Amino acid sequence: MNVDWTTFWPRIVEATGETLIMVIATLIFGSILGVVMGLLLFVTRQNNILENKIVFNLLNLIINIVRPVPFIIFLVAISQLTRLVVGTTIGTAAAIFPMTIIASFTIARVVENNLVSIDPGVIEAAQAMGASPLRIIFTVLIPEALGPLVLGLTFVSVTLIDFSAVAGTVGGGGLGHVAMTYGYQRFDGSVMIVTVLILIVLVQVAQWIGNTLSRKIMRR
Amino acid sequence: MIEFKQVSKTFKIGPREVHAVKDVTLTVEQGDIFGIIGFSGAGKSTLLRLVNLLERPTSGRIEIGGTDVTSLSAKELRRQRQNIGMIFQNFNLFNSRTVAGNIAYPLKLAGTPKTEISRRVTELLQFVGLADKAANYPDQLSGGQKQRVGIARALASNPDILICDEATSALDPDTTSDILRLLKKVNREFGITILLITHEMEVIQSICTKVAVMEDGEVIETGGVFDVFTDPQHGTTERFIRSVQQDLPSPGILKEWRDAGGGKLYRLLFKGPIANEPVLSRVTAKHGVTFNIVYGSVRELQERLFGNLIVSFAGDPVATAAAIDEIATLTDIEEVIEIER
Ligand SMILES: Nc1ncnc2c1ncn2[C@@H]1O[C@H](COP(=O)(O)OP(=O)(O)OP(=O)(O)O)[C@@H](O)[C@H]1O
Ligand SMILES: [Mg+2]
Repeated sequence: MNVDWTTFWPRIVEATGETLIMVIATLIFGSILGVVMGLLLFVTRQNNILENKIVFNLLNLIINIVRPVPFIIFLVAISQLTRLVVGTTIGTAAAIFPMTIIASFTIARVVENNLVSIDPGVIEAAQAMGASPLRIIFTVLIPEALGPLVLGLTFVSVTLIDFSAVAGTVGGGGLGHVAMTYGYQRFDGSVMIVTVLILIVLVQVAQWIGNTLSRKIMRR
Repeated sequence: MIEFKQVSKTFKIGPREVHAVKDVTLTVEQGDIFGIIGFSGAGKSTLLRLVNLLERPTSGRIEIGGTDVTSLSAKELRRQRQNIGMIFQNFNLFNSRTVAGNIAYPLKLAGTPKTEISRRVTELLQFVGLADKAANYPDQLSGGQKQRVGIARALASNPDILICDEATSALDPDTTSDILRLLKKVNREFGITILLITHEMEVIQSICTKVAVMEDGEVIETGGVFDVFTDPQHGTTERFIRSVQQDLPSPGILKEWRDAGGGKLYRLLFKGPIANEPVLSRVTAKHGVTFNIVYGSVRELQERLFGNLIVSFAGDPVATAAAIDEIATLTDIEEVIEIER
């Protein structure tokens, strides 16, 4: 059974919008949480500006527990929590919640890795000038790591497009949902092809934006 | 004035202890260019980092202008650090900021008003000779230019003290002398006390007024640069001095001299004004002896002359002995005996 494309386009457009909302909202919330966690991980490390074993080990442990869980399993595993927070487990908003949690942990690691690669001498120079730890975070750590950080976030957002499709298959809406219900369950190959093409375009655009931004920041 | 009073620093790496600085007592006077020299691992960087408490001492006191810095609160320490500029071997500039942005950074920390910041940045860029580089980023500069930015940044908050950790070790010899000249200018024009560490005796020789030699965490010798250079008390000090001025011909040349039947060699040292006097020719003429300069140099150190000559004498042995005795009353003379070095 084939869909009627003259009436199906609006459904595709709507689904693309949902996917974009899921990805962008997740990226915003996930970045806020992830950057905070990544900074905390970094500054509480041994010999760092706010060394704190308890905070570091706790964060490290949580991230290590959550990150290896496959997204589809995580999605199902925390569905009770999702219902509690969002009120439902179906739809775009319900997909954003688990996506944000997973994304923030991934981003935390990305941020930490980029901060570790900052020359410690530069941080020391700021300390020697009398900068406070908070000041160092905002005026040294973030600006010095920003270029690679944007590339890291781009990488994460591409993964999120993937995740949004996964979330779509279990009731999350968006292109994944369309591909699942029309392409897979009703054997309509053309729907499948169109959704895949749109996903590819989205990934390309995200990568292009990320590359351009980071190049601007790193002046290369 | 910086005073180290019985300062020690021990690092604990697991069960192992590294005594990086051991019981150092040292005074750096206001206006000094004080150099600390030592081989790698001697504890120089650690000692320097104790001044602005990038490292905390395990025991002892560090006083700056009479204040015990180890007793300062976090906030007071940050204020104190604004009074101590620091420059680094690897420059440690902020790559995300322009040259002007780097120099402005400490001023922003101090809460300086915007117009004052831009005035001061322009002034500092002029002082270090980089007026045309304000808008460049550090990765567009040469090593020497980067260190100039480092110096300008360290001077921005008008510190009384400048500490330098191997500031010229990453630079070629020409650039090194440029930077050293700039540091001397900083000391002269602003009266800033400079404490620097290095493993290069040239650095000590060309700008320092006082020197301390470090080995295994201890200060083994300290004093005015002229005195330490002309009369070293310690083997390590002698090795450093020999790295910049060879006081003896090489063993090969000495052997050739002996094999060719050359007589005894004597080493004469002239310190200060006596280097200007014709001591050697006057005394030898008086005793009817001739002399031959085999090797030697007269150099300037701390605006004083320092001569080091290797000579042989020819003539009646009794007269020669009398001439040598008379020279010994005027300046240092000793027979050169081949020592394994
Ligand atoms: N943070 C640290 N933790 C453990 N050991 C340290 C630390 N910093 C320095 N040390 C040790 O202390 C000793 C002195 O080191 P320091 O860096 O002060 O030497 P240095 O004289 O500056 O040497 P170099 O000329 O190579 O820079 C060395 O044995 C070094 O390994
Ligand atoms: Mg060192």
